[in-house]
Amino acid sequence: MSKSNFSRRGVLKTGAIAGAGLALPTYLSAASHTGYTNAPTGSTVKFGFNVPQTGPYAEEGLDELRAQELAVEHINGMGDGGLLNTFSEKNLQGDGILGKKVEFVTGDTQTKSDVARASAQSMIQKDGCVMINGGSSSGVAIAVQGLCQDAGVIFMAGLTHSNDTTGKDKKANGFRHFFNGYMSGAALGPVLEKEYGNERQAYHLTADYTWGWTQQESIAASTEALGWTTTQNVLTPVGAGDFSSYIAPILNSGADTLILNHYGGDMVNSLTQAIQFGLKDKQVNGKDFTIIVPLYSELMAAGAGSNIQGVFGSMNWNWQLQDAGTKAFTKSFGEKYGFPPSGAAHTCYVQTLLYADAVTRAGTFNPCGVAEALEDFDFDGMGNGPTSYRGSDHQCFKDVLVMKGADNPTNAFDTLEIVEVTPRAQVEYPVDHPMFAGGDLGACNPGA
Amino acid sequence: MLGLNTRDFKLFILVCVLALAAPFLLNPFPTASALGESFNAGYPALMQRFVIFGILVIGFNILFGLTGFLSFGHAAFLGVGSFAAVWMFKLLSYNVVPAIILSVIVAGIFSVVIGYVALRRSGIYFSILTLAFAQMMYSIAFSDLAGKMMGFTLTNGETGLQVYNDDPQILMGPDSPTTPHFFGLEMNSQFTWDIGGWSFVFQNGYYFSALFLIAAFYLSIRIFRSPMGLMLRAIKSNQTRMSYTGINTKPYMLAAFVISGMYAGLAGGLLAAMDPLTGAERMFWTASGEIVVMAILGGVGTLIGPVLGAGIIKYLENIVSKINDSILHQWFAIMPDWLDNVLVTIIHPFIGKGWHLTLGLLFMAVVIFLPGGLVQGGEKIGELFRRKKTDDAADGAKTPAE
Amino acid sequence: MDAFILQILNGLDKGSAYALIALGLTLIFGTLGVVNFAHGALFLIGAFCAVTVQKILGISFETIDPTQTDFLGNPLKVATPYVEKWLGTDMGMAIQDWSVPLAIIVVIPVMFFLGWVMERGLIKHFYSRPHADQILVTFGLAIVIGEIIKAFYGANPIQTPAPSTFIGTVDVGAWLGMDPGSVAYPTWRLVYFAFSAVIIAGVFAFLQFTTFGMVVRAGMADRETVGLLGIDIDKRFTFMFGLAAAVAGMAGVMYTPILSPHYNLGMDFLVLSFVVVVVGGMGSLPGAVLAGFMLGILQSFASMNEVKALIPGIDQIIIYIVAIVILLTRPRGLMGRKGVMEE
Repeated sequence: MSKSNFSRRGVLKTGAIAGAGLALPTYLSAASHTGYTNAPTGSTVKFGFNVPQTGPYAEEGLDELRAQELAVEHINGMGDGGLLNTFSEKNLQGDGILGKKVEFVTGDTQTKSDVARASAQSMIQKDGCVMINGGSSSGVAIAVQGLCQDAGVIFMAGLTHSNDTTGKDKKANGFRHFFNGYMSGAALGPVLEKEYGNERQAYHLTADYTWGWTQQESIAASTEALGWTTTQNVLTPVGAGDFSSYIAPILNSGADTLILNHYGGDMVNSLTQAIQFGLKDKQVNGKDFTIIVPLYSELMAAGAGSNIQGVFGSMNWNWQLQDAGTKAFTKSFGEKYGFPPSGAAHTCYVQTLLYADAVTRAGTFNPCGVAEALEDFDFDGMGNGPTSYRGSDHQCFKDVLVMKGADNPTNAFDTLEIVEVTPRAQVEYPVDHPMFAGGDLGACNPGA
Repeated sequence: MLGLNTRDFKLFILVCVLALAAPFLLNPFPTASALGESFNAGYPALMQRFVIFGILVIGFNILFGLTGFLSFGHAAFLGVGSFAAVWMFKLLSYNVVPAIILSVIVAGIFSVVIGYVALRRSGIYFSILTLAFAQMMYSIAFSDLAGKMMGFTLTNGETGLQVYNDDPQILMGPDSPTTPHFFGLEMNSQFTWDIGGWSFVFQNGYYFSALFLIAAFYLSIRIFRSPMGLMLRAIKSNQTRMSYTGINTKPYMLAAFVISGMYAGLAGGLLAAMDPLTGAERMFWTASGEIVVMAILGGVGTLIGPVLGAGIIKYLENIVSKINDSILHQWFAIMPDWLDNVLVTIIHPFIGKGWHLTLGLLFMAVVIFLPGGLVQGGEKIGELFRRKKTDDAADGAKTPAE
Repeated sequence: MDAFILQILNGLDKGSAYALIALGLTLIFGTLGVVNFAHGALFLIGAFCAVTVQKILGISFETIDPTQTDFLGNPLKVATPYVEKWLGTDMGMAIQDWSVPLAIIVVIPVMFFLGWVMERGLIKHFYSRPHADQILVTFGLAIVIGEIIKAFYGANPIQTPAPSTFIGTVDVGAWLGMDPGSVAYPTWRLVYFAFSAVIIAGVFAFLQFTTFGMVVRAGMADRETVGLLGIDIDKRFTFMFGLAAAVAGMAGVMYTPILSPHYNLGMDFLVLSFVVVVVGGMGSLPGAVLAGFMLGILQSFASMNEVKALIPGIDQIIIYIVAIVILLTRPRGLMGRKGVMEE
């Protein structure tokens, strides 16, 4: 059935295409005219918002997406401008970035490193993004951060709380606005001491991956410094669903405190089940049994319902803060979507603005220029008080919130209440702190 | 030619052309156009996945297509292949040759052991055995149980295994490339050819994988047409009878299982060579299920089906999952507002985060109506045309006679 | 000792969930000869029936309360469920509190209907197709059902608490004559166990002691002969499919207070329940129940800290190890019949 297709016209056409094309090839590993990956050429610049839209962290991811869309609107001069009005830098005028309108593409990470990298690759290779923002898991953040380093684009990590993201896995092209496990431990310590004293037997249930490990290490260190004992640390597989067989042994272990190093759906399940087992009503060693969830989010609180009442934890930011930045952001997010933003949304929104601002200050989208502008950059008015990006590990330093499940929530949104705003000085650590050792920031990579 | 009959040779040439011209074929629309932004798939990372998953499913098809043994744990071999490759990067250097060789060997060893045990049962018992083995390996990798037993990091759990600057890399010279390379030829280097509104990207890594696809496809044709292939098909139609005729079927089955396991290992090694990070999630049972889906969708037991199936699923996963409502509104911008909104509301559940729904429906439709997969569908359509043509020809033959 | 008893209780609890799903799977397989990969999805639908009932009971009207403000400083909209308006606040709240048990009443007809539709609309056409095709089409259906649920309810788990009467623990230790408070077990989990026991007993009694059940059993053993006797066995098998769906649905409803349902729940249970069925022996109802409880208890023991100290991570792989060992030593599972599913 097959016939040769070498008609004269076909050959001519092929020849013409080849001839026209030969004039223009660019070999990307050699220095090309642009000097960095995906240099924007037209009147627009493209961001990639890579968040989980399916899987257990999907609600967090979707909230991040809402915030990022809002940020793009504000950068392009639509809406009420949100945090641009309170941000201490005034370089963004609502006319895009360096005169270019911002566009964005979205991707679904499914909270899986492989899928997240595939999605980020398509953003970089197909859509020509200069920056990747977002994400909801430390495992994914570390994987995508490595990819962005190799590809030569900036990665603004979203919700990632593992010490490793800016510790042993830190990368020159990656920046984190969110806080980390160490900071949670440092902030929670004094509050727990005041609330529960110095003699507690703590039993840890820990999600078995980078975030769980580093958070457990951090919390154990800070509670042991108070005089608490860590009786046992049990690693649980991510997504275990039914935690009853891990919870049952706690009842008679002699421990009087349960620390849940779980997140998302796992935390909702393990907390609910711990309460079903009557842990909260128990008396051990003459003390009321307590549960602590070091990393909180509004969406988890909503999932856990009344079970979180009285449970302590920490957060990066909460809409109930009373500063001008928080109010401005809550207002513009709330008016657009009808409910207050989550902490994950805030981080992703702020990062988008910070990146945009850094580009204007650097005068270029070149990742090395942007990185330089972000390193050791101090700013204010973004809802966290005075904040700075440390140049040596690209971690943001700011106040940390200690939260508690509200005893009498009045509506669906104030299930958590702010117990204390821990000042930034209390959660700072040297860059060579043992919990963060072993990494190598490397040099910034502009790609191309 | 090349020891193939004409029909197979044509198929082989077709695969060669598809693989080598993929950067053109997958970029039919100008890059900056709305259609191009939504539907073009000719960027290196995705093209790599097309060919690598093509290799994986070709291998799976040698087992399932020829013998009818449905393995629900094939992704595990892909996973061990990837882990082996990344470990070679960590220990030796970024050269992909030792990495790929080891990944095939390790996957081969695992498939010998698992195949030897699992093949003692057939039917659904075999499926469940492979599933159980694969899930066990997934759990071990996901929580790094083997590493914990031995006291070092073997798979690095959920975070995934990657190469660090302080890894031994004993064969690394001072100016060796710091990304995977084939004796200096870096996998991620690429040519970009801008012509008109189009921009075609030719990447070393892609062509490296594509050559493996071509070789894998050639080998699979030879296996299908070999005496062993015939023997496997005979086992598929009636294993008991084969045993009664005095033939020990076990070695043939095991050979098929190991070959397909090694294909998976090769695919895993290539995945790591394209992107030197690997995680346990690529071993999860849903990943194995995806391989089955790919094979069925394309057409089990056909030669080209697996390649098609892999392509379609990866296209859906990477392209359809990125279409969102605002893109839809762009498409329907010329329509009246109400129609635009109605259309977007109808299509909304099937795109973006709902792409799994599209996949599920498509898959069901294929299983129900086209048990032979899309290849069968293509043949049916082809037959339709051919019949028309022969009718025409018959008419033509008649006309002059009149 | 108390830790031991706790883990036995845990195992029985887990086991009863496995056993209920495996029972339904086996019913379908034994009667219709179909391998139903969508059975986990039926469990999922059941769980979301509970969510739906809870949502319906919570349908509210909004009134604006000028004395309070919402998070943006606007007057607060207060939502009051219609149930509370129509039946009075106390009665309305009590009904909402009991939404999970109420869902049981809803789930039986709903699941029966869905099972019937599924069998007549889809499965029927697959009787003569290979088992692999049955696995595949039902696997596809499972994906579709999960995704539809996600489109309606989102991807996050949804809280569906048990009635407040059942919240809290029962002092099992005191019953057994041990120190009070030494073995406390959540009330709802005991309810779940008791419920499963009743359902399992009910299904067995139905098959054993009714004429209908006798015919079905006869049909399971020899479909053709029963058909030749002039009995419309197909209709009865369709009924059995509906019954199996209802069992899965009820298991799903009752499970929601233990594990907040999310769209992927069906897939999570699918693999385990298939392992259970195969370990028990395809087509054997007592085998499915036995294997369910056995694997549940083994898994619970494997997650004791003392055991994990010896072999780390054993709790995550024990089920698969047991499955492999059993399949290799007892080719047809614990109680499987000869010649089933071996072609």
